[in-house]
Amino acid sequence: MAEIPANLLYSSDHEWVAIADGVATIGITHHAQDQLGDIVFCGDSPEPGKKVEKGDAVAVVESVKANSDIYSPVDGKIVAVNEELEEEPELVNSDPYGKGWILKVKLKDVDDVHELLNAEQYEKLVENES
Amino acid sequence: MAHVDFDALKKTPFFDHHVAAGARVVDFGGWALPVQYEGILAEHACVRENVGLFDVSHMGEFFVEGPGAEAFLQRMTTNDVSALNDGQAQYTVALYEHGGIVDDLLIYRRGEGRYLVCVNAACIDKDWDWFSSHHTGADDCTLENASESWAQLAIQGRTAQALLQKLTAVDLSGVAYYTFVEGALAGVECIIARTGYTGEDGFELFFPREHADAMWTALFGAGEEFGLKPIGLGARDTLRLESKYCLYGNDITDKTTPLEARLAWIVKLDASDFIGRDALIAQNESGIPRRLVGFQLQGRGIARHGYEVVLNGEVIGEVTSGAHSPSLGTSIGLCYLPSGRTKVGTEFEVQVRKNRIPATVVKTPFYKRPY
Repeated sequence: MAEIPANLLYSSDHEWVAIADGVATIGITHHAQDQLGDIVFCGDSPEPGKKVEKGDAVAVVESVKANSDIYSPVDGKIVAVNEELEEEPELVNSDPYGKGWILKVKLKDVDDVHELLNAEQYEKLVENES
Repeated sequence: MAHVDFDALKKTPFFDHHVAAGARVVDFGGWALPVQYEGILAEHACVRENVGLFDVSHMGEFFVEGPGAEAFLQRMTTNDVSALNDGQAQYTVALYEHGGIVDDLLIYRRGEGRYLVCVNAACIDKDWDWFSSHHTGADDCTLENASESWAQLAIQGRTAQALLQKLTAVDLSGVAYYTFVEGALAGVECIIARTGYTGEDGFELFFPREHADAMWTALFGAGEEFGLKPIGLGARDTLRLESKYCLYGNDITDKTTPLEARLAWIVKLDASDFIGRDALIAQNESGIPRRLVGFQLQGRGIARHGYEVVLNGEVIGEVTSGAHSPSLGTSIGLCYLPSGRTKVGTEFEVQVRKNRIPATVVKTPFYKRPY
């Protein structure tokens, strides 16, 4: 069973979001990395400073077999991109909720997260898809 | 992820074993087949460093038998079938009249007038129609499509011979590359061929499908001490690409000739009047317009099948195969470049999403086994 930490928020595109001090840290879920398989590339993110809206492609994660666009689950401004993934994209597999984070977005509106799912809702979504 | 409706798919006799081994099963051209078990990188490494087992039972088997079998196959394929001795295998292609490729094939000569033709899974029906439509009573040979009653396993890797030797009295050290023997292995009469699609040493076993369970159990029993693991289609693709083996449907198609695909070594224009010969002679005379090359991406990213190939700012084609190479740690691929622009070191670009990433023609195979 995929790990779904209770303290995170989730998008229906299988991203996780951790919000602290008005900044959303974004990655892909354990379930998502498991479905993708061995990840060998993570990149194509806009430079920090770039404004993004919900649904904008903000990164590409590629496994040996497939590639997957990562869409911003929030509105805001990119403040950091995980440069470690350039050399070690496999961190997305081995530590999806930790060192495998993909980017940080400073939220335009700290309260505008009501479209995101809590852990329980996300778990149902994963169950329904499998 | 979408459901796979297994009921609607064809299955090999090893389907239950794949599921039991934890495979992720996908719809591969109408077949329910394992794309991976523990992961493509680990499986790739297992074959390169150790030994792995592939279920390739989806591939097709045609038997061509009779006094006219050799002449029939000479007409249907580009290589010289008459050069085969008993127990030898040959890589070849069948062509359309216009020189495009129907399929790439392996022909095994089992005896005088007795041949096995191994065809790609996705091409079984097409190849059967093609062979049948050119076969008449005057050919003095019979055609049999045994694809549904035969199973096929590939055991690939440096310890494949030692592993299989435990299960057979046949001396496998005497079975050279691209030759085969027929004999009992694990108590099952098999065609034991030293062929493969990985770039490693190894064998392919052909046997009637009713022996599938016994064979799987025997192989994993004997393979335990060698660390034998089942390998999925994902690693099969990265392994074959590193070895620059063409994949039908990607690198070679009905729109490419074997000369363009740099398969002139399996085209014997003087051996017979095979179908498509005139087209190849004409292409030789007018000049081969493009050739298949191997390339390495110089920037970050992965070149994948279908991505645009850009030469001097102009889109001139597509990547025919592309992947992250687990052995090299870089992005490699195959594509067609105009003749005269195919030398090692030639630079071009691949359109990877929004970016044009520099690529360089490199020597192939990308990977050569170190033993």
